[in-house]
Amino acid sequence: MLEAIRYFYMLRPVWAVMAALLLGAGLIAVSGTNPLEAYRALFTGAFFDYYGIGGTLVKTSPILLAGLAVIIPLRAGLLNIGVEGQIYMGGLFSAMAALLLPDMPGLIHIPICVLAGALGGGLWGLIPGYLKAYHGMNEVIITILLNFIAINIVSYVVGGPMMQEGAPYPYSVEIGEHLWLPWIMPGTDAHVGVIVGVVLAIVIFFLLRYTTVGFALDTIGRNAQAGRYAGIRVRRTIVAAMFVAGAIGGLAGTFEVLGLKYRLYHLFSPGYGFDGIIVAFLAMLNPILAPLSAFFLSGLKAGALVMQRAVGLESTVVEAIQGLVIIFVAASLAFTYDRTFWNRFLERRRNLEAKLGDANSTEKQEG
Amino acid sequence: MDIFTNLNALTDFLATSLRLSIPIIFAAVGGVLSERSGVFNIALEGCILGGAFGAAVGAFLTGMPMGGLVIGLLVAGGAGLILAGLAVGLGINQLVAGIAINILMVGLTSFLARLILGAEATSTLPGFHPMAIPGLSAIPVIGPVLFNQDFLTYLMYLTVPFAWWFLYKTPWGLNVRAIGDYPIAADSAGISVPLVRTAAVVASCMLAGLGGCYLVLSQVFVFTEHMSAGKGFIALAALILGRWNPLGAFLACIFFGFSDALQLRLQFNSPDVPYQLFSMVPFLASFLALVFFAGKVRPPAAIGIKYVRGGK
Repeated sequence: MLEAIRYFYMLRPVWAVMAALLLGAGLIAVSGTNPLEAYRALFTGAFFDYYGIGGTLVKTSPILLAGLAVIIPLRAGLLNIGVEGQIYMGGLFSAMAALLLPDMPGLIHIPICVLAGALGGGLWGLIPGYLKAYHGMNEVIITILLNFIAINIVSYVVGGPMMQEGAPYPYSVEIGEHLWLPWIMPGTDAHVGVIVGVVLAIVIFFLLRYTTVGFALDTIGRNAQAGRYAGIRVRRTIVAAMFVAGAIGGLAGTFEVLGLKYRLYHLFSPGYGFDGIIVAFLAMLNPILAPLSAFFLSGLKAGALVMQRAVGLESTVVEAIQGLVIIFVAASLAFTYDRTFWNRFLERRRNLEAKLGDANSTEKQEG
Repeated sequence: MDIFTNLNALTDFLATSLRLSIPIIFAAVGGVLSERSGVFNIALEGCILGGAFGAAVGAFLTGMPMGGLVIGLLVAGGAGLILAGLAVGLGINQLVAGIAINILMVGLTSFLARLILGAEATSTLPGFHPMAIPGLSAIPVIGPVLFNQDFLTYLMYLTVPFAWWFLYKTPWGLNVRAIGDYPIAADSAGISVPLVRTAAVVASCMLAGLGGCYLVLSQVFVFTEHMSAGKGFIALAALILGRWNPLGAFLACIFFGFSDALQLRLQFNSPDVPYQLFSMVPFLASFLALVFFAGKVRPPAAIGIKYVRGGK
């Protein structure tokens, strides 16, 4: 019995997602569509179709990286809402490296672009990290403002200095074909970005779990003073965590440019940075679960368009469902598991059953 | 620039500044209320959006701006109830709860707006119209700017001093501030911490919703997706600059309104430069103001910490 409760408890995000989908079904029904048909179109389109999976993986790349960029600082108690801005700065820096540097072979040029993108995002994460660590400023407000600034910087750059001549809306010239990232599924747009994301997720999992880095972050998250007492350089760790998170967010933007769009567009990220927040909570801040939750969320997004075509339902319903998902997941995480509480509860139940003379209860052997 | 030489241009510029600052003022005053009670309200952005959506739906269905106002306040208040339920009731991280509300409101309003307003989403909705106050509106420059306004602007003139009076001069305000600074003491004095916090959060969200109503009913008369466009976040910066005081927040919002009006004018005067360079000005101004002028801020002591009876 206790084991069952424990497993039920561990799967909280799954129940939360189901509750959100159920409420979403209500929304779909209100608009006059059969929710079952809509969901079938959505999930077949996202997960049970070769091109559908390709489309899902295209979105998984930035969403997974954004999720990792949220998870790392959140372990130390810092909420990185700035991933969106870090994605834009990553895209900007990598596109500048791709377009402004002299011609060189792809094998040298691609790593330079990737590093430039990571640096751009990292610097954009460094600002709130520094202001938080050394000036105690609320990182949430700073990162939100930096998002808007970064988005406008990119729009300005591709609408002015780097704009392709005669373009109908702001975008840069195309990057050279030798810089395009390899595809992983022939015939689809899925590129290696998602593989880099999965590898990073595994690396980060082991780093956080088996090295002092993870311990330092978790200690700061629980009690910064205790961390300082234990010899952790709290301020420096915070700045470093935000830099690394920003760099990963920058990678998300880099791969969008090098792997998918091959140009720097204005407004090229439709809020992937914010999806990263949903991914982080869906994965319960565990990097190893991030690929799974990112894949699921990307599927929702990719399947939304299939659903719109199939049953004529506005794809924006998926945005509403996403909102419900994060609300339910956040709420479900509030229920903490207390082994002694459940033990005591089961103890009382057994006593009661014994008094009632119900000796046949199967509960008796368990616990 | 012509605004310094031409009186009409100056009047126009000041009127634009005021118009742009009003939604932020409502949201910032709301934010002050919630944060003084010890609850971060990152959801201001979502509440502005919800208020705007409700206002559009209400005005569309009833054909009256007042109907829009009522529905707008209800939608924003509903968002506030969810936030209070998550942050105060369940005690999950207040910032996370606020962001969850923001994400939900973006999706929900986009979907429902297409569902309810449908093809007529672009047609002009009924709204509030300027009413000149006789006498006062005849004063040069200031008169037309301040006293030839619509209902919601006059409501804002009343809201700011009322919020200040409420927080600093009434026993309820004292309760709110006490809970934000030291909830244990407030609790032992017999004040219900969850109740006051819930009330403060809901009121705060409804004020932000008023800002959204203003956008739809007094400014553009249509609802567009994502129309809050970061105003809630600028309001958060304003309330920090205003030291969690309604009057301070009001002044900070006026400053942001000026910077926003200035960037519009710069856009207009230099069409060769991509406008995005200017549209980042309000955010850059908020950021720089926070970094350089916020100085040593002292937020309410218990902000962001969930209150558990008997806990430490």
